[in-house]
Amino acid sequence: MATETQSDGLADAIGVDLAEHASTPGMPQLDFSTWGNQIFWLILALIATYFILSRVALPRIGAVLAERQGTITNDIAAAEDLKAKAVEAEAAYDKALVDARAEAQNIVAQAKADIQADLDVAISKADAEIAVKAAESEKAISDIRASAVENVKVVAKDTAKEIIAAMGGKADAKTVTAAVTARMKG
Amino acid sequence: MATETNGAEEGGLVFHPMDQFEVQPFFGDGAVAWYTITNSTFWMALAVLATFVILVLGSSKRSIIPTRMQSVAELAYGFVYKMVEDICGKEGLKYFPYIMTLFMFIVCANFLGLIPTAFTPTSHFAVTVVMAMAVFLTVTILGFVKNGTAFLGLFWVASAPLALRPILAIIELISYFVRPVSHSIRLAGNVMAGHAVIKVFAGFAAITIISPVSVVAITAMYGLEVLVSFIQAYVFTILTCVYLKDALHPGH
Repeated sequence: MATETQSDGLADAIGVDLAEHASTPGMPQLDFSTWGNQIFWLILALIATYFILSRVALPRIGAVLAERQGTITNDIAAAEDLKAKAVEAEAAYDKALVDARAEAQNIVAQAKADIQADLDVAISKADAEIAVKAAESEKAISDIRASAVENVKVVAKDTAKEIIAAMGGKADAKTVTAAVTARMKG
Repeated sequence: MATETNGAEEGGLVFHPMDQFEVQPFFGDGAVAWYTITNSTFWMALAVLATFVILVLGSSKRSIIPTRMQSVAELAYGFVYKMVEDICGKEGLKYFPYIMTLFMFIVCANFLGLIPTAFTPTSHFAVTVVMAMAVFLTVTILGFVKNGTAFLGLFWVASAPLALRPILAIIELISYFVRPVSHSIRLAGNVMAGHAVIKVFAGFAAITIISPVSVVAITAMYGLEVLVSFIQAYVFTILTCVYLKDALHPGH
């Protein structure tokens, strides 16, 4: 050590420097007087590092890594579960949709049939009513026609009697009636 | 340390690239005894503190969705854990805390050493040799305890022709015993070289004309050193895993 510290003072002279280094070990690494010191502190440092690592650091980091691995595995499993559930739900939704559509079609068809039936009944009822009304009307018309013919006969007999009386003849009621009736048939 | 600024005087440049590696007492002057708190001690303590801050304080919230600091802690944990698991297999995970200790200490010491005027404990062979020898001895003893004499099968290449096996055994034996040497010198050498080169470039900055180039070179080297800091910690750790694998499963 003494020669090493001296070398700083002699630094400006290369020749001296080299000469001195030639006489003493050039590398501090080969100065064996410091080996004991370095080895002692190195062993202490390594033992300290070993205890720090094996007692605290490594178990803790290992546990954290294992825990993370577990969490990731669990999360992936959960995600797969949820995915399966989503697929299931989609299938159920599709099925419900198809069912609802079929039901709706059923209801529409049913309603159509009901309406058709009601309509048919109403139409036939209306037809029957119309037929009844038409028959009644026909009867009324024939009645009216009959009564009209009767009236025409009466009026024709009366008129014929009046005309004969006005012309000064004596009208026999029976003859007139027969004549008018005969004429009206013709 | 910072002698570079006044290092250039008339007559020539004086470089002291190695002065930054001097181990000095942190408080006052004097000799460095084995118990003295030195600059090396201080920066080792900071490395331990940094490890504590990153891994313990960073993960203190234990949140499922991590904060930034917790992400860093988890990243470091996962990085080394996966390395041990990939190379040594499941039975190697028992030694994960030891390997994590080495990795965190080296990586923190390396990065803290990049702070200007900092001291880098991992640039010293004293430090890396102890760590490499610890790995080497542990692995060798573990190999024999786990496998008995079957561990010697590591040197007896059963797949090679019989005539070649003794020669290969010698080569394997040599390479096995060279492991701690290369293991320690690789780390300290890389860190030391990078820091020394930066200092050399800094010495050139004293010359006015060259100084812009020097500054650019320092910046580039610093970027490289950031990379080296991590890569050397990684290499040290992965080699430890490889050696551990040899102890757990000998044979090729």
